[in-house]
Amino acid sequence: MNVAETALSTGGVHKTLPTPSPAGQFVAVVRAEWTKLWSVRSTLWSLLVTVAIIVGLGALFCAARVARANHLDPGEIRNFDPAGFSLNGIFLAQLAVGVLGVLVISSEYATGQIRATFGATPQRTLVLAAKVVVFTAVAFVVGLAACFAAFFIGQTILSGTTRFPHASLGDPGVLRAVIGGAMYLAVLGALGIGLGTILRRTAGAIAALVGLLLILPILVNFLPSPWSTDIGKYLPLSAGNNIFHTAKLTSSDLSLWVGFAVFCAYAVASLIIGAVLLSRRDA
Amino acid sequence: MIEATGLSKRYGSTLAVDDLSFTVPDGRVTGFLGPNGAGKSTTMRLIVGLDAPTAGRITVNGASYHDRRFPLHEVGALLEAKAIHPSRSARNHLRWLAQSNGISPRRVDEVLEQVGISAVARKRAGTFSLGMSQRLGIAAALLGDPEVLLLDEPVNGLDPEGIQWVRRLLRSLAAEGRTVFVSSHLMSEMALTADHLIVIGKGHLIADASVEEVIARASANHVKVVSPQAGVLRPLIATAGADAEPDGDDTLIVTGLECREVGIIAANAGITLYELSPREASLEEAFMEMTHDSAEYLAGPNAGGGAA
Repeated sequence: MNVAETALSTGGVHKTLPTPSPAGQFVAVVRAEWTKLWSVRSTLWSLLVTVAIIVGLGALFCAARVARANHLDPGEIRNFDPAGFSLNGIFLAQLAVGVLGVLVISSEYATGQIRATFGATPQRTLVLAAKVVVFTAVAFVVGLAACFAAFFIGQTILSGTTRFPHASLGDPGVLRAVIGGAMYLAVLGALGIGLGTILRRTAGAIAALVGLLLILPILVNFLPSPWSTDIGKYLPLSAGNNIFHTAKLTSSDLSLWVGFAVFCAYAVASLIIGAVLLSRRDA
Repeated sequence: MIEATGLSKRYGSTLAVDDLSFTVPDGRVTGFLGPNGAGKSTTMRLIVGLDAPTAGRITVNGASYHDRRFPLHEVGALLEAKAIHPSRSARNHLRWLAQSNGISPRRVDEVLEQVGISAVARKRAGTFSLGMSQRLGIAAALLGDPEVLLLDEPVNGLDPEGIQWVRRLLRSLAAEGRTVFVSSHLMSEMALTADHLIVIGKGHLIADASVEEVIARASANHVKVVSPQAGVLRPLIATAGADAEPDGDDTLIVTGLECREVGIIAANAGITLYELSPREASLEEAFMEMTHDSAEYLAGPNAGGGAA
């Protein structure tokens, strides 16, 4: 960081500490958020659980499928997406990442520490941006490691049968799907931060996250037929999950990148609403 | 220096701070006194920009808090000692605060040493007693070596040794030319620590004066008279235009006369006195009386259509 060696001259007090240059503020706040994230034990545990779910559940699904290889019907074999299949643990692990994202800000409201945070950095939107940068980066890197591990372990297990194919990284769309899993988790973490910022309460924000991801699709499914698919494909889970699959898209799916953009739009919208509320509300 | 001009803050239907104007100069300890709920903490939150004023303006060294990028270098605040993530260590709490304001990590160890919690610096803050949390909060306030210090009830939960330590610390910080603004609902504490008092009640400014002036201004100064003939003396004092309240069989509490005058009245009537002693109001009593007045004053506008 660029630190100017000039002392403050207001008042008669002799300043002993150098005042940093304003240009370094974002970097300073990012470092502070990094320290905050890693100095509570729940972060490490949540991320380990995330990795364990993605790798463990993926391996379990693959092993179960190989075990039933001779009993699958032809349709199941024809449309099989081996890369995406080994990454399906993400459907559960997303909750751990989303909840951790919520906690990045809601735990500060719960403990009252948010007042120390905004007292140290009155630029609240900048604090929110730093939280998003730090947490999405962590979620991406951890997600990437977990997805590669799940992919390789899953494919090794799937290669135990010749009834259906397994994938390698060079196959069309496979590398994109594995990296896409990490991208999906990173964006989900940002959505968690956005919901946590809007609602401030941990329980409320987690309920909103689960409702948006898992409950809303069930409810939309009850709508009469063109509506259920027309609306359903814009919901976050169905719009976003194709990024970590390589199966052929159907008419009830948005195209791959449009779907991912819609998924990102949920996170961006929640963060914009959160930033506006953050600036207007008393801390 | 802290300057408030016409500062008001409304939460829903509650006016927590009502048209408050005051100046906290540097180089002395200014006590911020008021009963619980008087608006002290709200005012502190307005100073550091956590809450936005409904009306008026508050500046620190001439600038609004929001305009600062690294405010800890200029303003250190202890607002709520327990407002820390319980599973983060004291040291890590100070580390992130330091990083956010570009303060060197060396300074973290310095302030930990200064407040005497180096030995528990790696323990989770959730395991801290209120006294230890207060010390950590003071360490956080000192982190940026600020010219302005705001401390909301810093001696809460401290043992006598800790209270003395805070008192000496505040005085030495003021002696270095810093602005020290410290709130309390304990008047006796303020009498020992502060040079100057800003007293508020129900969000209003009640007094902005030196500790001596606040005590002197209180009409609670009185004379205690003990006499076997108290019943005879009482109407004589009333005739002299003063007030004498019986306090038990033999005792009168006289307000409005000096000891000397009471003695002369008694001697002229041939009344025996066992005791004649002046009693100066404590800051506590002065404060009680002032805030009591403010409550009465506040009842006025409803009854009298806003007449002051």
